[in-house]
Amino acid sequence: MGLSVPAAPTAVGGVRGFWRQFRRHRLGVAGLAAVVLLGLVAVFAPLLAPYDPFSTSRNAFAPPGSPGHILGTDHLGRDVLSGVIWGARVSLIVGLAAAFTATVIGIAIGAVSGYFGGWVDELLMRITELFQIIPRFVLALIVVAFFGSGLTNLILVIGILSWPQTARLVRSQFLRHRSLPYVDGARVVGMRAPRIIFSEILPNVMAPVIVVASLDIAQAILLEASLGFFGLGDPNLRSWGGMLNTAQGFVQRAWWMSVFPGIAISLAVLGFNLVGDGLNEATDPRLREGS
Amino acid sequence: MSRAGAPPAAAPTAGETVLELRDLTTEIRSVRGLVRPVDAVSLRVRAGEVVGLVGESGSGKSMTAFSVMRLFPTKAARLVSGEVRLRGRDLVPLPQEAMRAVRGREVGMIFQDPASYLNPVLSVGRQLEQQLQAHAMGRGARARIAELLRDVGLASEIAGRYPHELSGGQAQRVGIASALACRPALVIADEPTTALDVTIQAQVLRLMARLQREGGVAMLLITHDLGVVAEVCDHVYVMYAGRIVEEAPVASLFAAPQHPYTQGLLAGVLDLIEPKPIEVAIHGSVPDLASPPPGCRFHPRCPHVMDVCRRETPPHFEVGDARAACWLHDGAPGAEATA
Amino acid sequence: MSRARGSKALGAFALERLLNAVPLVIGVIVINFLLVSLAPGDPVTALIGEFPAPPEYVERVRAQYGLDRPVPERMVRYLGSVVRGDLGFSFANRQPVLELVLERLGRTLVLMISTVVLATIVGVVLGVWAARRPHSGVDRGATGFALAGYSIPEFWLGQILILVFAVGLGWLPAGGFRSIRADYVGWAAVVDQARHMILPMLALSFRYMAITTRLTRASLLEVMNSDYILASRARGLSERRVLWEHGLRAAALPIITVIGYNFSFIVAGSALVETVFGWPGVGRLMYDSIFTRDYPVLLGILLIVSIAVILVNLLTDVAYALFDPRVRY
Ligand SMILES: Nc1ncnc2c1ncn2[C@@H]1O[C@H](COP(=O)(O)OP(=O)(O)OP(=O)(O)O)[C@@H](O)[C@H]1O
Ligand code: SF4
Ligand SMILES: [Mg+2]
Repeated sequence: MGLSVPAAPTAVGGVRGFWRQFRRHRLGVAGLAAVVLLGLVAVFAPLLAPYDPFSTSRNAFAPPGSPGHILGTDHLGRDVLSGVIWGARVSLIVGLAAAFTATVIGIAIGAVSGYFGGWVDELLMRITELFQIIPRFVLALIVVAFFGSGLTNLILVIGILSWPQTARLVRSQFLRHRSLPYVDGARVVGMRAPRIIFSEILPNVMAPVIVVASLDIAQAILLEASLGFFGLGDPNLRSWGGMLNTAQGFVQRAWWMSVFPGIAISLAVLGFNLVGDGLNEATDPRLREGS
Repeated sequence: MSRAGAPPAAAPTAGETVLELRDLTTEIRSVRGLVRPVDAVSLRVRAGEVVGLVGESGSGKSMTAFSVMRLFPTKAARLVSGEVRLRGRDLVPLPQEAMRAVRGREVGMIFQDPASYLNPVLSVGRQLEQQLQAHAMGRGARARIAELLRDVGLASEIAGRYPHELSGGQAQRVGIASALACRPALVIADEPTTALDVTIQAQVLRLMARLQREGGVAMLLITHDLGVVAEVCDHVYVMYAGRIVEEAPVASLFAAPQHPYTQGLLAGVLDLIEPKPIEVAIHGSVPDLASPPPGCRFHPRCPHVMDVCRRETPPHFEVGDARAACWLHDGAPGAEATA
Repeated sequence: MSRARGSKALGAFALERLLNAVPLVIGVIVINFLLVSLAPGDPVTALIGEFPAPPEYVERVRAQYGLDRPVPERMVRYLGSVVRGDLGFSFANRQPVLELVLERLGRTLVLMISTVVLATIVGVVLGVWAARRPHSGVDRGATGFALAGYSIPEFWLGQILILVFAVGLGWLPAGGFRSIRADYVGWAAVVDQARHMILPMLALSFRYMAITTRLTRASLLEVMNSDYILASRARGLSERRVLWEHGLRAAALPIITVIGYNFSFIVAGSALVETVFGWPGVGRLMYDSIFTRDYPVLLGILLIVSIAVILVNLLTDVAYALFDPRVRY
């Protein structure tokens, strides 16, 4: 191309510079540690778990510290620790995949809305508003009740119900960017809309999108656990929410059945929330300048 | 006019010293180190007098005003030494609560941008009422507010309005009403007209001057505008990089400025708002207060700079009825060094 | 001081917001219809549920909703039924769905409203406290509290509260709405019900306390640095008045907004918490209906709750306009 296009503003100053910024946020680093731990447990679950999480035994209601069952067993004699370890897999898969789905949908809708504006924008924003208003949990519950609660369904449902925030964010960023000189420049040299959207503007608005995505992971894990608690988890997988559903009937009798899966959920959600906050502070130029 | 609430201090008699600053010093802890925007400032304002404080942007005028109130826009600022005598009483040792009773009661303050100094979600009347209540003048507040608004040329219905419903001029009139609400002995006006339209500026200025004369209050007027100084001030202090460099009655200052900085200002080569060097050879602008030049702070820009200027801080020399902090007056006939 | 603008202007503003809400309500009904139409199997199941129903009723429903007709007509019929208030019949509960849900709604609202009140008070107090001394121990504590609130699922918190306060300490009942054995009357009954509400309320309010705390802190820190706060200090207002009358008034706007816009999450939370504590509200009804596969009840709840959220958002907008004179209406 002969014409020179004005340089786009760079969002993040390289991976190393970014890490330097992120490292300063101590809670963010702690969150990252929790997330990494969660990832390792999820990946190596078969090696780490002492038992098959579904295998029952006569040793029901064994309290924590019992021989062979550090975190005790449930009413069917299933090992709680093994359940917590395998549960990490479910939470992480659902969290990552659902947040990814939501981010992709959110980017698509937000980009189209913000780039084209006009009635397209009007319509898409009304739909976004609708999705923000409808109680996600109730809708997810019904969809899962109708269509089944397999892992894929859970991921799709949670993903499809979680995009509005990303869409709004991307839209507002696109509204701002579409009239900047570098975009005008791209138009002048004859670039077509999809190319401008994806290879010109999008890379510049990704930083806040990633922040929202990591918070979305936390929300997705929470939503999956809530559905599991309502008995709508994948019946073939041991999940933290499902364990708490079982524990509900034995709160008075076996406290360990509630305590440990709940701690696991809280830590996983906290980890992604902290990472999101840390990313936010590391990528927000306003916050960066002050320090 | 009925006065409700706390017994007012006896009205200042003409010529009484209402405000006297002695070696007032304020520091700000900033990322670039310790800054002294107010460095051993001394000045005096008498009852019935308008005293101007002029200087380039960043020279420390607003900080001087905030130091009088001991109220700063940043927590990093602190009054470190000196005296603030209000009608003879030093305010510096006063505890916070006693200081609160002084603010808005004995000293009224008018700010530069009237709109941003009013709370957008409270009506004008409510904000004036709060002030009266804070100084035990809540009884009869409604009537007093109507009277105040009338005095500043506003209809009493304005009390029910919200700041965004006012024009800039109207908002500044409310600001003036607030400054005068408790019949203070001193009013500090920090660039009260800068943010207004040119046509409104003159009106507001005239209003302030009239109210000041009628009420016999002392006024410290901070401004960039030498025209304003000539029009309404009796006495002027010129500030440069945190220090007072010259002080004189208005007539003398305009007739015979004694400090090279003031001379530059009056010759128009130094614009107060956009400082420009006096000569091509003299570059730079207001010095960085985090590392001010040694000796006379003006020396990097001064056309008369001498060796001594770079080494030693000039004291104030009395020259006729003026005082100037400049080595040129050292040993000059009739000049006498003071503090 | 008297307001400059009359209630007429506010009425017009509210009406405009109301008109804006109409397409949203229609959207909600359409989503319900889509759920019914897309559900696998015979759509009549989605309308009746899997609880055994008399064959005559099944045929009546088929005819009423025109299930053998083309989609547009079905949609119009569905809309018509909903608008007439016909949300179907719950055979598991032997009651029309609308009646059933409205009956349960009261108890859920009691729980949600007391939660919002509690969360707002505690959150504002904590947020103010933290904002007064940023980066102090108190502030760090409030930040930690907020992080926990964002991360701990309310249903688990409910179980833990039962473990500690009901099972462990025996101070409060573990669940239910009132004591079944004892027959309290008068004040004793009120106290008894209040005791049953404490734990669910705590479990449900934790997240909103955290949100309110964080928000109050952030907006207060921003507001307290503004010029008009400096000016009100210069007028001699005491720190207390500056904080409560100026600072918090400005901070109230984001708080109102966040409570309004988080209402749909409170709904989800209360469903979970009601299930933990056996609180007989809409949430518990939802849980039970999943097991009885009582689909019309689930769809009815979705519809009613969505409309409630739309209404709350509308009220939020109006409250915002009342609070902030700059909102043009
Ligand atoms: N918030 C702050 N943080 C750090 N330093 C500050 C702050 N505010 C003011 N200063 C310092 O104080 C000096 C004096 O500021 P001040 O506002 O008193 O100037 P001024 O003479 O009123 O200028 P202007 O005409 O622009 O109002 C500035 O040069 C700056 O170095
Ligand atoms: S002291 Fe020296 S440098 Fe300073 S103003 Fe006087 S002549 Fe200029
Ligand atoms: Mg200033």
